[in-house]
Amino acid sequence: MARIILTSGLSNQFTSGQTELEIDAVDVRGLILLLDESFPGIGDELKREMAVAIDGQIYQEPFLEKISTNSEVYFLPRIGGGKNILT
Amino acid sequence: MAKIHVTTTVNGEPSEFLCDPQQTLLDVLRDELRLTGSKEGCATGDCGACSIMLDGRLVCSCLVLGVESEGLEVETIEGMSSGDQLHPLQQKFLEEAALQCGICTPGFLVAAKALLEKNPNPTETEVRYWLAGNLCRCTGYDKIIRAVLDCAADLRGA
Amino acid sequence: MSSDNKDLKWVGKSPVRPDGNDKVTGRAKFGADLMLPGMLVGKVLRSPHAHAIIKSIDTSKAEALPGVKAVITSADVTDLSSEWVPAGEVQINFRDLARNVMANEKVLYNGHAVAAVAATNNAIANAALELISIDYEVLPHVIDVEDAMAEDAPILHEDMFTQGVTPKPDKPSNVFKHVDIAVGDVEAGFAQADLIVEKSFKTAPVHQGYIEPHAAVASFGEDGKAELWCSTQGQFVVRLYCAKLLGMDVSNLRVTPSEIGGGFGGKTTVYLEPVALLLSRKAGRPVRAVMTREEVFRASGPTSGAVTWVKIGVKNDGTIVAGEAILKYQAGAFAGSPIQPGCMCAFAPYDIENVKVKGYDVVVNRPKVAAYRAPGAPISEHAVESVLDDIAKQISIDPLELREKNAATEGTNAAYGPKFGPIGFVETLAAAKAHPHYSAPLGPNQGRGVACGFWFNIGGDSCAAVNVAEDGSIVVSTGSPDIGGSRASMAIMAAETLGIDVADVHPNVADTSSLGYTFLTGGSRVTFATGMAVIEAAKQVVETLRERAAKIWDISVDAVIWEDGYAKPAGTNAGDFEPLSLGEIASTAGKTGGPISGNAALNAQGAGPAFGTHICDVEVDPETGRVTVLRYTAVQDCGKAIHKGYVEGQIQGGAVQGIGWALNEEYIYDDKGRLDNAGFLDYRIPVASDLPMIDTVVVEVANPNHPYGVRGVGEVPIVPPMATVANAIESATGIRMTELPMSPPKVLAAIDGAK
Repeated sequence: MARIILTSGLSNQFTSGQTELEIDAVDVRGLILLLDESFPGIGDELKREMAVAIDGQIYQEPFLEKISTNSEVYFLPRIGGGKNILT
Repeated sequence: MAKIHVTTTVNGEPSEFLCDPQQTLLDVLRDELRLTGSKEGCATGDCGACSIMLDGRLVCSCLVLGVESEGLEVETIEGMSSGDQLHPLQQKFLEEAALQCGICTPGFLVAAKALLEKNPNPTETEVRYWLAGNLCRCTGYDKIIRAVLDCAADLRGA
Repeated sequence: MSSDNKDLKWVGKSPVRPDGNDKVTGRAKFGADLMLPGMLVGKVLRSPHAHAIIKSIDTSKAEALPGVKAVITSADVTDLSSEWVPAGEVQINFRDLARNVMANEKVLYNGHAVAAVAATNNAIANAALELISIDYEVLPHVIDVEDAMAEDAPILHEDMFTQGVTPKPDKPSNVFKHVDIAVGDVEAGFAQADLIVEKSFKTAPVHQGYIEPHAAVASFGEDGKAELWCSTQGQFVVRLYCAKLLGMDVSNLRVTPSEIGGGFGGKTTVYLEPVALLLSRKAGRPVRAVMTREEVFRASGPTSGAVTWVKIGVKNDGTIVAGEAILKYQAGAFAGSPIQPGCMCAFAPYDIENVKVKGYDVVVNRPKVAAYRAPGAPISEHAVESVLDDIAKQISIDPLELREKNAATEGTNAAYGPKFGPIGFVETLAAAKAHPHYSAPLGPNQGRGVACGFWFNIGGDSCAAVNVAEDGSIVVSTGSPDIGGSRASMAIMAAETLGIDVADVHPNVADTSSLGYTFLTGGSRVTFATGMAVIEAAKQVVETLRERAAKIWDISVDAVIWEDGYAKPAGTNAGDFEPLSLGEIASTAGKTGGPISGNAALNAQGAGPAFGTHICDVEVDPETGRVTVLRYTAVQDCGKAIHKGYVEGQIQGGAVQGIGWALNEEYIYDDKGRLDNAGFLDYRIPVASDLPMIDTVVVEVANPNHPYGVRGVGEVPIVPPMATVANAIESATGIRMTELPMSPPKVLAAIDGAK
């Protein structure tokens, strides 16, 4: 199970304060779909606002990045360096 | 308002142009004579990017009217190199990475040349105060000052 | 991906830059230097009011003036729906962008564009502006961030409801959003502290201060195709924004970046470009639009002013147990301050278990904020570094040792979450401590301060083409406008990879029709990301050269090596062939398979974050409050300095911008919300006589994600100076200044107040 960490702002808004989750997903796109199933609405927010750090590596455009079984995945606010046009 | 005919010398060449009475010499150099090396950074004489020599005196061309150059000698950055030889200051700026974006560089070169012609052995403080009228936002001035001091030393030694 | 960095021929040296000659002779063409036949002058009419409803605009008299060829207002701009896109390291909303380029229902700051004209000369254009009559209903305005957050504040946007708040609010607000970053449990952390220090600070908006004002030349054809020449950090970004605002296909617009006279993040968006295009389309002639310096100050984005509060708890041995911050940033007239990176960077240099940062993005009646070198970070890190300095004094620990004790290293969980890879923060602290500056003696009224800084650096999309000419010389084309000497670095990296003389490599910056999408020059990304693309393209060329030599010698390509610019047989078994130079292979390229070229298109990941440690000595005049910077040393981890001279230049330039931010720069408004100091005389940036030499120390802890170990350099240097100078003033006077800039009147008042 990969370890998923959300910002406290996100968790307050969507997951009733839960910042750490364990989820099995193949890539970031899949992870977001699974999160949105459990916490409706979080998907749009993640796609629009968040960059992703997988095992320490920050990706501004993360959707096709792979996640392995023991990965640590952080959602963090975008610094702004990505393309957000085609959500 | 009718344009005024002005006859002057620019970089050693006789030159004439028509200009509106309210056009600055900077506007004339750039728009009438197509000498775009002098730049407009502020149009109020604060940044020095438009520095030229007028009858041997360092001035901001944005503070001089085009008509005021009648009968005078104008020297701009375009006249600094001779043929295919760069002036030692220009060469030094390149060698010592004394420019980044380069927009202030013509102004600094004209001003620094004026300094070295007046004072071939300036101290660092003298260079800094002479060039205080030229603004640079990229370099923090360090390499510019070093280039001027090194060039001055070269010219004295050579 | 790292190649071995021993025996590098060009990387780390300082060859003369290939584009330098044009810049020292005045030949280089900047934004306002292009002339096209029939070109008109474009000028913009700007709001005199800070906040007003536009009841009506009458342009008829202006249109009738002889010499006026076109007049436009917001009616000519495509009304866009809300859509967020990046602009440097802040974000922009297209609907807001359209309204910033040309005010629609309301004007939101003094200087906001409301109309524009194109005329045959300057004088007529200015006269035409005076003939446009606008009926304004002036509204109360607000320019201070805390005033804007108050219950009864005048509201800028009736459709702005604060995001990131539960439950969703039902009243509009000037707070666009909340940002929350937290790790651990700060309450528990503070409970363990032996000492807690908290302080509030205020910083003023400052402008990027590029010496070249915004300038654009647009030429619209009757067939709907257009050309735009402009001073910009990102021609592809400009192309997209303008195409959207004009309702055209992106590929119908070709944008050529001119030489750029400074950007620092401020030229990552559009102001005049769509206006010049609209005027040209209407007039049927090319239009040149250039901002005056006054317009640059009134109407182009500064960075945020802010109110910050920081609370840090430590144990007596200096271990930081908790850090908390509240950051309120001004976004200007439209949402989108750099509050996100500001929150993330605040505590980033340190290994702290418990961190909580709350941020607010607040609109005010000032020009829309634009990116400025490490957006958001100098503000938040100034507050943290100032408080750390107070803590160091109170527990009697050397300030650099306090930081060493808590420094983030490889494997530390960053304050914003993920683990750091290899980083060089500790190395910069050690270099600062060992530097002679740190132990030099001080005189009366003098003080020394240190502070540190962090910035992420980004990667992103870059294309590069490396083309081999018939004589073996090389042209390297990239899409990254050169604001600091990056062309020289591209030439170095290509030359190093190809094993040839850097003088034989000719870099150029391509327009949008000549190369694939390249994200803008910003985020300290060009040497890293565009460099990576150049190296990859150059490596492709090397592969091709090996294949061609193999063909010429009729041996397997595996038996050919490329070394120092020559194809050579791999060993004596491969055959007894004379080495072939690049030039020799190039001259027969047509016979061996065709033109030789390498092309790369990549999205560079793995940008290395970077750290800096600065030391500053000041002398404070107790009679005037004037602060003189006596000595300044900036240490920075650059991964690998490709061009040593330009790396030093970036550090020096950024440090001096920070010094200006610390000591003199601010926007001064009157009680009607109009800018009083819209010029370089009264908006005081550092001049040559204000400063000493800026000593730079480059530390190199390689970034493993780049072939030469590069880390972005350009932004980190602006992060430490504000606190470095503030800490030096504290050391000289015993007074902790909490409001920037620390200009003479403020310092004097503080000194007198303390008597």
